[in-house]
Amino acid sequence: MSAAPDHAPSASLLAEAGDPAGMPALRADLLRVATAGSVDDGKSTLIGRLLYDSKQVLADQLEQVEQASVRRHGAGAVDLSLLTDGLRAEREQGITIDVAYRYFTTGDRSFILADTPGHVQYTRNMVTGASTADLVIVLVDARQGVIEQTRRHTFIASLLGVRHVTFAVNKMDLVDWDEDVFRAIETETTRISTQLGIPDIHVIPISALQGQNVVDRGELPAWYPEDDDHPTLLRHLQTVEVSTDRNLTDLRFPVQWVIRPGAAGDTSGGRWDADDLHDYRGYAGQVAGGVLRPGDEVQVLPSGVRSRVRRIETLDGDLDVATAPQSVTVHLEDDVDVSRGDVIVGADEDAEAITFRELEADVCWMSDRALRPGARYLLKHTTTTTVAKVDAVLDRLDLHTLEREDADGLELNDIGRVRIRLKRPLVADPYLRDRATGAFILIDEGTNDTVAGGMIR
Amino acid sequence: MTIDPADARSAGLSKLRALESEAIHVMREVASELERPALLFSGGKDSIVLLRLAEKAFRPGRFPFPLVHVDTGHNFDEVVEYRDRRAAELGERLIVAKVQDTIDQGRVQDGYDPSKQGSSRNQQQTQTLLDAIEEHEFDACFGGARRDEERARAKERIFSFRDDFGGWDPKNQRPELWNLYNGRLRKGENVRVFPISNWTELDVWQYIEEERLELPSIYFAHEREVVRRNGMLYAVSPFLQPQDGETVETLSVRYRTVGDLTITGAVESTASTLQDVVTEIAATRITERGETRADDRVSEAAMEDRKAQGYF
Ligand SMILES: Nc1nc2c(ncn2[C@@H]2O[C@H](COP(=O)(O)OP(=O)(O)O)[C@@H](O)[C@H]2O)c(=O)[nH]1
Ligand SMILES: [Mg+2]
Repeated sequence: MSAAPDHAPSASLLAEAGDPAGMPALRADLLRVATAGSVDDGKSTLIGRLLYDSKQVLADQLEQVEQASVRRHGAGAVDLSLLTDGLRAEREQGITIDVAYRYFTTGDRSFILADTPGHVQYTRNMVTGASTADLVIVLVDARQGVIEQTRRHTFIASLLGVRHVTFAVNKMDLVDWDEDVFRAIETETTRISTQLGIPDIHVIPISALQGQNVVDRGELPAWYPEDDDHPTLLRHLQTVEVSTDRNLTDLRFPVQWVIRPGAAGDTSGGRWDADDLHDYRGYAGQVAGGVLRPGDEVQVLPSGVRSRVRRIETLDGDLDVATAPQSVTVHLEDDVDVSRGDVIVGADEDAEAITFRELEADVCWMSDRALRPGARYLLKHTTTTTVAKVDAVLDRLDLHTLEREDADGLELNDIGRVRIRLKRPLVADPYLRDRATGAFILIDEGTNDTVAGGMIR
Repeated sequence: MTIDPADARSAGLSKLRALESEAIHVMREVASELERPALLFSGGKDSIVLLRLAEKAFRPGRFPFPLVHVDTGHNFDEVVEYRDRRAAELGERLIVAKVQDTIDQGRVQDGYDPSKQGSSRNQQQTQTLLDAIEEHEFDACFGGARRDEERARAKERIFSFRDDFGGWDPKNQRPELWNLYNGRLRKGENVRVFPISNWTELDVWQYIEEERLELPSIYFAHEREVVRRNGMLYAVSPFLQPQDGETVETLSVRYRTVGDLTITGAVESTASTLQDVVTEIAATRITERGETRADDRVSEAAMEDRKAQGYF
């Protein structure tokens, strides 16, 4: 890592950091954000800046970072990136190796930030961070403009179904906040995102190091005026609307765990086998898509048995409606046989159309042991695990040109399209229709390692 | 069947409910995919939250696992009383694994020496935990650790695999994508599972408030005899006596974490209700571990090193 430049906030300035964070509202909602960018674009500094300027860094953490900064860069400057680089090897090498999760709250929104490393050899880490993200921040170094990595990170965000991408054009201080530099990057990132079909993109100029336009605006040039169309990065994160990103159309309830207090499998002694629980049979799980209501006509797949929702139970009482990602317990009117791996869907659903015996998927390969056609894995999808055979590798993405090319296998960090045959049919959806029912992982039966993340086409 | 996008926001979950839902999902996955889980229950606030989450995940059924307390023998009486009462109220099985037994069997040397300041049985807990895992053949242990506690934890997976010796290898963790957890174990491995990984300390306190969970009384302001050491306040007890030059003060204090009483510091406070405590925590300028845990102040990588050796 390069020495901390002299605009870094001084230690004494940090020590007298302002007011404590206010009490977050109980109804705060949650935004999951992943950051992407090349090494040295300033991801760790940006996250440190977000935490620091929104007053989420506590005195003893700061003291640790101050001491570490002095050891690394000499007296006088604080290196905010040290707030997130948590493993010894990361601090020693000055790089981010693994996904680090950070948490902060401002106003009525809380954030989970996944700081993912940037190198090609960490593609799997970015895929991991993006898999749960509502929004991805792609960092662009203003001096370098849009480079190969920018395209790759944007592509991965779109592949992972992230609907909101924000380009943070960082180090604007090093180009003297030159409007032309920013506009060129804005045009190019917008063009790429549109091509990839990303529905919501924003391009925001910042200096993570100097803290301009991250949390506080600071002194900005006239071409980035103070109005609603020119938010700070944080302001944008606070206002971006994500609650409609969920699939609220196709009911999918994968049964995870059957609660049967009276049954033989349940070892409930004493109080839990009371008479009134004798016939109790609840199907517990997390709603994966659509809207579930009592009275709904449903079918249970793969059996196709039909019934009606009697209750949606939680420990806090019954619900009138449940949507993803709520964990609830469903009761059906009829005494049907339902077990883990079954999926409750709407009665009108065409069962054949959502039952897959074979699938095409994009996978990100995460193991040192390459994928070769014909290989057998375990495939975990919602609450089902089945044996899967990779019949063919259809193509491999050149991560530099983003062109698809013929391939006879996939190596670590490769992304490619494959055709998979399943031993047990899956109730699934294309990933871009529902992330929860379109995603799967592959597990190597020999090592038990997770070797790939996959997205059904 | 759709709902109006305008309603979607109100149908969206609050942060606490989203975190709760995620944790319930994790617990049910473990119950489904692993043979013999256990839930580590210390009587501390994080494990109290785990118990409530287990109720949410499995009631009206029984928990598909026992509760396990790794007991250093240096406990706050109030916490032991709470631990036993809570387990009885829930009607769940509690296994107490005692560090004293591990010491008596000669399997570890007692790290605690009454004449040595700062000595504790913190290191020995690891052996007792590993012994309990072996004796009961547990393959998964739920713990209440959070990623916001410490920088090494920030990189730990929700499913954190441990080798035969309980060691954690941060550079060789399984990728964790979406909500698809791979709980398959190699021979000799077991897994520590942290359902509240994504919660902050304040989330835990707010959840306790929202759920009206009872806490051991030491979490609230009370008068206690303490001594000051290295900027921390330690309770005077049979296991921790004032040393030369130290004076015993009686102060109004509360605890922010509950652990071995020889290394857990108290904070001066008059917050006597949950609401007062939450207000104080929201305004605090020091992290939980920094303020109250002597064990993590040793070095920059103290936690990372202890985890590599099998610590929780
Ligand atoms: N001048 C300037 N330097 C920056 C800015 N943001 C980050 N840096 C510097 O760029 C280097 C890499 O930053 P770091 O946060 O470690 O990048 P990461 O590899 O993406 O996590 C460090 O020396 C930072 O001080 C910025 O806005 N302006
Ligand atoms: Mg970094």
